[in-house]
Amino acid sequence: MEKINKLQAQALSEINSASDLKQLDQIRVDYLGKKGRLTEQLKLLGELPIEERPKAGQIINDIKIEIQQALESRKKALAGKKLEETIKKGHIDVTLPGRGIERAGLHPITLISQRIESLFQQIGFEIVDGPEVEDEYHNFEALNIPEHHPARAMHDTFYFGDGRLLRTHTSSVQIRVMKNDSPPFRFIAPGRVYRCDSDMTHTPMFHQVEGLVVDKLVTFSELKGLLINFLEIFFEKELKVRFRPSYFPFTEPSAEVDIEGKDGWLEVLGCGMVHPNVLKNVGIDPEKYSGLAFGMGVERLAMLYYGVDDLRLFFDNDLQFLEQFH
Amino acid sequence: MKFSEKWLREIVDPAIDSEKLSHQLTMAGLEVDSVTKACPEFDGLFVAEVKSVKKHPSADKLQICEVDCSDKELYTIVCGAPNVKKGMRTILAKVGAQLSGKPKLKSIKLKGVESFGMLCSASEIGLGDDSDGIIELSLTEPIGTPLKNIIDIMDNIIDLSLTPNRGDCLSIYGIAREVMALNKIDKGNFITIEANSPKITINNERKVKVSAKTECPQYTCRVIENIDNTIKTPLWLLEKLRRSGLRGVNTIVDITNFVMLELGQPLHAFDNDQLKGNIEVRFPKGKEKIKLLNETEIEINTGTLLIADDSGPLAMAGIMGGFDSAVNEKTKNILLESAFFKPEIILGEARRYGLHSDSSHRFERGVDPQLQKTAIDRATSLIQEICGGKAGPTTESKNEKGIPKNQQITLRESQINRTLGIDLDEKFVTDTFSRLGMTCEYNKEQWLVTAPSYRFDISLEADLIEELARVYGYDLIATKPLTTELIIKNNHSNYKIVSKLREVLVNRDYQEVITYSFVDPNIHCLLNNDGASLELVNPIAPEYSEMRTTLLPGLVSALQRNVKRQKERVRLFETGLVFTGDKVLNQVHHIGGIIYGNIYKKQWDKDDLLSDFYDVKCDLEVLLSSMVESDRIKFVEGDNDILHPGQRMNVYIDDVKIGYFGQLHPNICSNFEFIKNVYAYDLNIESLVGKKEIKYKKISKFPTIRRDISVVVDEQVKFEEISKCIKKDASELLVNLELFDLYRGEGIEKGKKSLALGLTFQSIRSTLKDTEVENNMHTVIRGLSDRLNAKLRE
Repeated sequence: MEKINKLQAQALSEINSASDLKQLDQIRVDYLGKKGRLTEQLKLLGELPIEERPKAGQIINDIKIEIQQALESRKKALAGKKLEETIKKGHIDVTLPGRGIERAGLHPITLISQRIESLFQQIGFEIVDGPEVEDEYHNFEALNIPEHHPARAMHDTFYFGDGRLLRTHTSSVQIRVMKNDSPPFRFIAPGRVYRCDSDMTHTPMFHQVEGLVVDKLVTFSELKGLLINFLEIFFEKELKVRFRPSYFPFTEPSAEVDIEGKDGWLEVLGCGMVHPNVLKNVGIDPEKYSGLAFGMGVERLAMLYYGVDDLRLFFDNDLQFLEQFH
Repeated sequence: MKFSEKWLREIVDPAIDSEKLSHQLTMAGLEVDSVTKACPEFDGLFVAEVKSVKKHPSADKLQICEVDCSDKELYTIVCGAPNVKKGMRTILAKVGAQLSGKPKLKSIKLKGVESFGMLCSASEIGLGDDSDGIIELSLTEPIGTPLKNIIDIMDNIIDLSLTPNRGDCLSIYGIAREVMALNKIDKGNFITIEANSPKITINNERKVKVSAKTECPQYTCRVIENIDNTIKTPLWLLEKLRRSGLRGVNTIVDITNFVMLELGQPLHAFDNDQLKGNIEVRFPKGKEKIKLLNETEIEINTGTLLIADDSGPLAMAGIMGGFDSAVNEKTKNILLESAFFKPEIILGEARRYGLHSDSSHRFERGVDPQLQKTAIDRATSLIQEICGGKAGPTTESKNEKGIPKNQQITLRESQINRTLGIDLDEKFVTDTFSRLGMTCEYNKEQWLVTAPSYRFDISLEADLIEELARVYGYDLIATKPLTTELIIKNNHSNYKIVSKLREVLVNRDYQEVITYSFVDPNIHCLLNNDGASLELVNPIAPEYSEMRTTLLPGLVSALQRNVKRQKERVRLFETGLVFTGDKVLNQVHHIGGIIYGNIYKKQWDKDDLLSDFYDVKCDLEVLLSSMVESDRIKFVEGDNDILHPGQRMNVYIDDVKIGYFGQLHPNICSNFEFIKNVYAYDLNIESLVGKKEIKYKKISKFPTIRRDISVVVDEQVKFEEISKCIKKDASELLVNLELFDLYRGEGIEKGKKSLALGLTFQSIRSTLKDTEVENNMHTVIRGLSDRLNAKLRE
């Protein structure tokens, strides 16, 4: 028995001084393996007198269990230590920049157009488009602007010399959509428009969003309600908005919409009730239907929204400018 | 339209201040652009007469004047103005006078002579920018009168930005009418301009023949003889002109301009001594020319209405007078014209000649056809008052039928709510119409309304509703939310495709740009492969004159701009219409991109890798497969001359060519001084419309087996041939083929290359047996060897 106790003490001491898992496993084989030193002792049980065997067997088994537990706990301790070391080695400079492809951005004019589009889509407006090279009919005549009308002087038009021209407003899309379908209509038409004008505050190409609703009962009250609602959500604040009488040949009554800024009123869009002549021109009976229309300059809204102070930046395409809108 | 607030208030003076008045005008549709002080404040300025002028003994440019200002003694003034002369009346600033922005005037010694004040130029007082000499006043201005008593200092210039429908407000009289209506000032308080009937003392007349009766239904003229046009225009009148933005010309012209501003009727005065025979209002006979007031000689278009005499054209009716018959200071006898020309005949005419005049501006928008006699009498009285002269009777040619008359319009009460969304009470409506000078009757829920002769913009029910709305006040109209029947619609517009494509490219690190649709022909011709392009007749500049047929000119220019600004890596895209075709124009939505420089932004642990053909190819594969099924996309070796002949491909969807991509041809790049290769693409996106079919396929739960091989083939053998060959020979068990290495160099014969391929096999039905895979590999390798002369690399 003494021998066994010695064996036990030796095993436990070896286990506690094992420095890695490999060594530990060797200790397990040395004592508990098929030919292990403790296993040997079990085999020797047969040599004892029969009445001593159960007691001796019990003792050896207890020692076996004890060694197994010691192995297990040492194994856990060693594994934990190893993991700790791995983790320690894994410390890096987490402040170094990230790697790989980045994301660029959309043009601020596109961002503002999309913002306008998504707001109107929420209340069921379709998004439509139309050609940019237009004819006199769609750009002017059908919109109640006959030849030589003084209103044409307000549009410095680009011509191609054969009756074709570059559309001066997205209002031309109104005519195309209304001619091709029947009311009710509820759409916006974003897009490029062109005017022969270039200075600090004008570029020869810019963007508009045209809006049109034609339905059985649409009035100036709804026009006001719709646009005030839009402007407040667009600018994300309560605004002082005023509707001021104006003149567009294709709406009547017509209004300019101003919002109050730091230095007084700022014109942000034009609107009105669709002129009965325009409805007649596209074959809609103005006695049955009425309409509201509005048009806004995207650059103007973008300048107000982002605080851009020079219109021409939008078309310089300088990455230093564009990257600010990522 | 600029005007003096005080002038307006002489006619109608509402009990509101300037700020309220401009707000009121703006909110009634007459937008006030600006309100500025009419002139700076001053004090101590008087009308004075120069009694004598003598040379300064010791200064060449100075004169010593004795000036009478109705005080006990004459003032000695040293004056440097070149126009000072004995007998002239001008403005004297006495010692102690206050001129704007200057200290009080003191007496000062100039080269030894003391000056007790100064004679003033217009700019010194702040009455315009004339600083060439001292003001020369009319001899009728009483000596000693304070300047303040002649012109009102406490006045504002109000600048109205009038819309083209409101020609009736292009006069003080017109604005006064509006102010009266807005402030509910009764007609009784409203002073109409009652022209003092001029004294008719002679019988002389010039005969008038109006051939264009329809276009000129009313022509009135009068001879005035023996006038003195050397007389200076009185300061009060000149100052009113100045405050309306007009300069003095000569007294007669100033008077006609004054009446135009006052009443809205453009007038013209001819030098009667330069006229020959009868006046005729007619269209040109053949090719006729005229030398205009501005001294340009113009060939007259057939549609331009003329005032002519027996010798030829005198004036372009309603637009501009001729040089030869113009009134100047020596003119003794005049023929004064006051006519009504139909707006339709004047519309666009001035612009056609590149001209613009106050007269054409008014005639285009419509002048009151009832105003001609009043205006000519008003002008005649003023001329007689200021220049003297003997007036003859008016000669009138009138075509009653041609004079526009406003038709009676019916306004249904129900239409007011249908348009505005609010009800207006009967009294307000009736009241408003009559205050706007309309005749109006209410009966059975409708009004019968006739607009006054000066309102050319009122002919429909909608026009009347607009008048009611603006007088009522847009601000007072209640707001309502939009109500409607909602349905979900199928949307296959370009808009949806464009949004998606934009998102894909932005996520692949492409920055969106927006460039002009008109491009520089010099750049365009390098990049245009589609032939004819549409050209603007009136471009803003030659470099913006051609409509783009491809998106590349804009992208290349944007790239160039950023490369010049030291950007080393640029990735840009744009979407928008391009314009192709000669006879039949196609306006097609395209998307285009351009890349330059490294694949990634600088990485701190990787070497720089320049983008090449395969990067742009991958971008396109991803871009297109986001919209259509991959097996519908085909890349075929290209033929586009703008691309490198060895690095270009055409892109097809279902056998329809939609565009191209590749390396921009080095010849083209050399025009832009790009130091790295440029890769670009341009695609028509309209073929991408429609649904992308995605159908679920059962996935296999059995393991895959992969076999890697290296094959050596001739350099000319393309990867596509190898992959086709393998796919043809392998059974349906081959689920993936991957190229994982391409090698040339040591160990490989020159002129050959080695490709490392990974083949993955999997069955949907069972775990694969080795023999099945080995059989496949055997067939594949034999096929490669037989057809492509490929050798397995050991």
